[in-house]
Amino acid sequence: MPDASTSAKGDLKLSNLTKSYGDFKAVDDLTLTIPEGSFFALLGPSGCGKTTTLRMIAGLEEPTSGKISIGATDITDKRPYQRPVNTVFQNYALFPHLTIFENIAFGLRRRGVKDVNEQVEKVLNLVELQHLADRKPTQLSGGQQQRIAVARAIVNRPALLLLDEPLGALDLKLRRQMQIELKWIQTEVGLTFVHVTHDQEEAMTMADTIAVMNEGRIEQMGSPAELYDNPKTAFVANFLGQSNLIQGNIVDSDGDFHVVDLYGQKTKVLKSRTHSRNNSVLYAIRPEKLRIDTENHTQPGNRFTGGHIVDVSYIGVSTQYQVELPWGQEIMVFEQNDDGIPPLDKGDEVTLSWEPTFSFALDGAQDANAGSEVNPEAE
Amino acid sequence: MPYFLLAPGLIWLALFFVAPIITLIGTATKTPGAGIGEFVQTYRWANYWDAITGSAGQFGRSFLYATIATLIALAIAYPLAYGIAFKSGKYKNILLVLVVAPFFCSFILRTIAWKQILGQNGPVFRFLLDLHLVTPMTHLTATPSAVIIGLAYNFLPFMTLPLYGSLERIDPRVLDASGDLYANAFTTFRRVTVPLSMPGVVAGTLLTFIPAAGDYVNAEILGNPSTKMIGNVINAQFLNTQDYPLAASLSFILMIIISLLVMVYIRKAGTEELV
Repeated sequence: MPDASTSAKGDLKLSNLTKSYGDFKAVDDLTLTIPEGSFFALLGPSGCGKTTTLRMIAGLEEPTSGKISIGATDITDKRPYQRPVNTVFQNYALFPHLTIFENIAFGLRRRGVKDVNEQVEKVLNLVELQHLADRKPTQLSGGQQQRIAVARAIVNRPALLLLDEPLGALDLKLRRQMQIELKWIQTEVGLTFVHVTHDQEEAMTMADTIAVMNEGRIEQMGSPAELYDNPKTAFVANFLGQSNLIQGNIVDSDGDFHVVDLYGQKTKVLKSRTHSRNNSVLYAIRPEKLRIDTENHTQPGNRFTGGHIVDVSYIGVSTQYQVELPWGQEIMVFEQNDDGIPPLDKGDEVTLSWEPTFSFALDGAQDANAGSEVNPEAE
Repeated sequence: MPYFLLAPGLIWLALFFVAPIITLIGTATKTPGAGIGEFVQTYRWANYWDAITGSAGQFGRSFLYATIATLIALAIAYPLAYGIAFKSGKYKNILLVLVVAPFFCSFILRTIAWKQILGQNGPVFRFLLDLHLVTPMTHLTATPSAVIIGLAYNFLPFMTLPLYGSLERIDPRVLDASGDLYANAFTTFRRVTVPLSMPGVVAGTLLTFIPAAGDYVNAEILGNPSTKMIGNVINAQFLNTQDYPLAASLSFILMIIISLLVMVYIRKAGTEELV
């Protein structure tokens, strides 16, 4: 067994990985390479197949077909205890009958490692909980248990560390703190982290690369900035942050831009940010990229005229407006409260404007609400 | 004043536990009086000593049989409870009902049924006869084995249910975690499942051992005169011989010995750390 944890090193490769339960495909022909040493996030709503994927990598679930390998070693048919993979479980799954010290030492003892004391102490120092070594898990707070769960896994120096919704049980403040801490630990130990979560903010804070999953498939993969800035599907546009998606048609071309007709108003979008195979598009613009004004200034760029405010939420750093456009669609506008001007009022006639380069266009055949109606807290 | 709320419980305890115990202790030190069946209080504490020395064999046998029966019940109940808790899927509730189903039939009747099962014409004897493990001249009933089998059978549900309770409470993710941390199935069972089920093991063995040690029905129905347990002696002294002081002192001694054994056992098993 010791060889399992030391031999296989390198990139994690999933090839055509599929898991079916009867007719239902939880994971559908997934092919993916996760580079060694990266912090990778599988992001998606509950039931999208991300946890099943993680459990297959850990060996807790058997793939229906496909292959999993680390570096040159095929681990598809290996038992969980034969894989150089450790997991930080949801709700931590610490052994309630063992002390914190013995919890962390568990994997080391199974592999017959010599300097157990030294290694456990080192990792306890890393998570700054050396004073709790003799306690039982139930005597620790949620945040402390979380750190012990991480310590118990990384002490084994696996080729791959899997994190299954590791911060789901913590309150918001602690979650933020742990996000930073986990990222720091990952940089410190240099292991490959594969992180499964339904929380887009958590994924964006920590991961180098995010794969957005939906219905057993990867919708889009890339850095957090890439995914947020230039989503390629309506699901990604709605699941990562919010997007205003407006049905329209490409009617003309203007240099690097397409000219799009949105209910009679002409707007522009970069050709390089248009992901549609035909003229029917979902024209998309993020709420914070929109500027809102009561007067029709002649600013350069795209604009919608004739909207009126139907709802105003003042939330301190920004004000969120819901604006009804002439054709009846309501869109969101986030305005930074950085100019000392009091927020506009409900009912005000407004003009919305934005830089054409910020917008993007998606295939018009998609459901404009895909990815937005899922409640990320439902798990 | 809130202690006032304890009154119903305390009165109940005083009437039905403390008072009978005091009466029992008192009866034990009486000696025969003038009339037949009449006893007078003479505080003859030596009665206790006489009771121990007079029935040392039956005491020893009781604890031996009860221990063996408890171990057999544990060996049968653990896999049973494990199967119901982890592997039974949708049949879980049906299986649990089946575990307690025997209670729908009288304890005495079920014990008498074992006489038929183990008897010369019963399936067990026939089977062993076919395997040439017994001869037609031997018998399975009226033996120590029959008494122990009866005890193990009768108290099996008391062993199974607490075991099931503690196994079912184990978070399956903890077992996943053990596999993830390089423990194979057997090591996981030994290092995680068994320690986490210890509260059930302790509760189950106590619920089996205590009544088994004081039982007299199994020895009466399935045993012979040389398999008498302390329960049989007490029963006979109270109801047949009507030597109340002797019966009372035997009862009290049995109670004390069981209490001491349980205390030592619980301390050794260290349950307070587990619950």
